[in-house]
Amino acid sequence: MNWIIRTLTCSVGKKLIMAVTGLSFCLFLVSHLAGNLTIFKGPKAFVSYAESLHSLGALILMAELGLLVLAVCHICFGIWLFIGNLTARPVGYAVKKNAGGRTLSSAIMPYTGLFLLVFIIIHLITFHFADRGGKDVYYLVHTTFTSPGYVIFYLIAMIAAAFHVKHGFWSAFQTIGANHPKYMPVIKKVGLVFSLLVGFGFGCLPIYLSLS
Amino acid sequence: MSKTINLTLKVWRQPGSEAKGAFETYQAKDISTDMSFLEMLDVVNERLSVEGKDPIAFDHDCREGICGMCGSVVNGVPHGPQKATTLCQLHMRHFADRDTLVIEPWRSRAFKVIKDLAVDRSAFDQLIQTGGYISANTGAVPEANAILISQETAELAMDAAACIGCGACVAACPNASAMLFVGAKVSQLALLPQGRPEAAKRVQAMIRKMDELGFGACSNEAECEAVCPKEISITNIARLNRELIKAAFGSPF
Ligand code: SF4
Ligand code: FES
Repeated sequence: MNWIIRTLTCSVGKKLIMAVTGLSFCLFLVSHLAGNLTIFKGPKAFVSYAESLHSLGALILMAELGLLVLAVCHICFGIWLFIGNLTARPVGYAVKKNAGGRTLSSAIMPYTGLFLLVFIIIHLITFHFADRGGKDVYYLVHTTFTSPGYVIFYLIAMIAAAFHVKHGFWSAFQTIGANHPKYMPVIKKVGLVFSLLVGFGFGCLPIYLSLS
Repeated sequence: MSKTINLTLKVWRQPGSEAKGAFETYQAKDISTDMSFLEMLDVVNERLSVEGKDPIAFDHDCREGICGMCGSVVNGVPHGPQKATTLCQLHMRHFADRDTLVIEPWRSRAFKVIKDLAVDRSAFDQLIQTGGYISANTGAVPEANAILISQETAELAMDAAACIGCGACVAACPNASAMLFVGAKVSQLALLPQGRPEAAKRVQAMIRKMDELGFGACSNEAECEAVCPKEISITNIARLNRELIKAAFGSPF
């Protein structure tokens, strides 16, 4: 057991946790997005999707607990790395230029991450733990997105998610050691397309609902 | 054609490692564009000495781009604006007349400023002492074809071994991480049969040491690769990660 703790608490080990949990969230995003898009088939399809999820009972509870564990790991190790990295350079530079490696999405990674944490908490409070008072989930979603403030907040969060995924996706592969001249260019492209999908896919929902 | 340029230098001056430092402004007049960056500093230092002032301390040795001793951050980029070039090999023709250059030492918790631009990089030596070697008795020169390795593998190992240990990767990294350096050292040995027997121990020990010395953790920004004078690729960091996974899950310890 000792070796597991020793491995996962060293710098590379912490990154491995970030990579594995991050990639799991990518899979979660795919299924979440696929589910959400049923809203385009009309309120009925969306409600029946939600109900079929709930009918899974214990299975869905386990999935939720799994996601919670992944989230706690991703957040705690992320913050641990973030603080460690801040203290690794106590005296900063007067002038610092990007030499060509850093991108906007990699530079704002910790901040998009923290913002997404706030978003997820609010998102869960509004949709998951909400008292729907007998109304269906479509009604809840629809009324929530009539508030322009929430729509804007949601859209900003989706832009943050797209940026977070753009750097996170290829980065996770690099961290688990999967940087290969044949595959890395493809992985980077897939990451870019996926991040756009996340941004536009989730982002189009509130726009569609607030207009309809 | 050689010409001369005039520059304004803002140089970090710090009398000692515990002393407080500050930027001082100097005029570098009539600098030949054929000079290297360090020769330009020599000229400034000569003038400072004549004026009875303390010359700027900076690291240098071979001045051929092979020893890894030189290096400062010039206008925000370690080793200056020229790609794949050490500071000693950077020529003044890459600057324009009346440019202002801000010159700072490597900044990292693990690298202490000794004086002005001179930085203590013995943390790298400690990393090498922890695993940057093989302990086999090599004996006499062996028969060249006794251990066969492919040309591609030899090239990869040689590319990793090109690291001169200058520390620019740490200086450029937003997290002051040493993973490009450690990745290069681990790779150069892990790729070759002679390095395999100790590969698992080496990677674990070097990563532990790296953390202990106060270097940050890589977040795949790739700034290191962009400034590395030897163009060490971040695929070496991926190999370092791979080696750690193999060592942690595959080795008996
Ligand atoms: S990896 Fe490159 S930048 Fe880092 S120490 Fe080696 S030569 Fe210098
Ligand atoms: S002085 Fe040796 S590499 Fe620059």
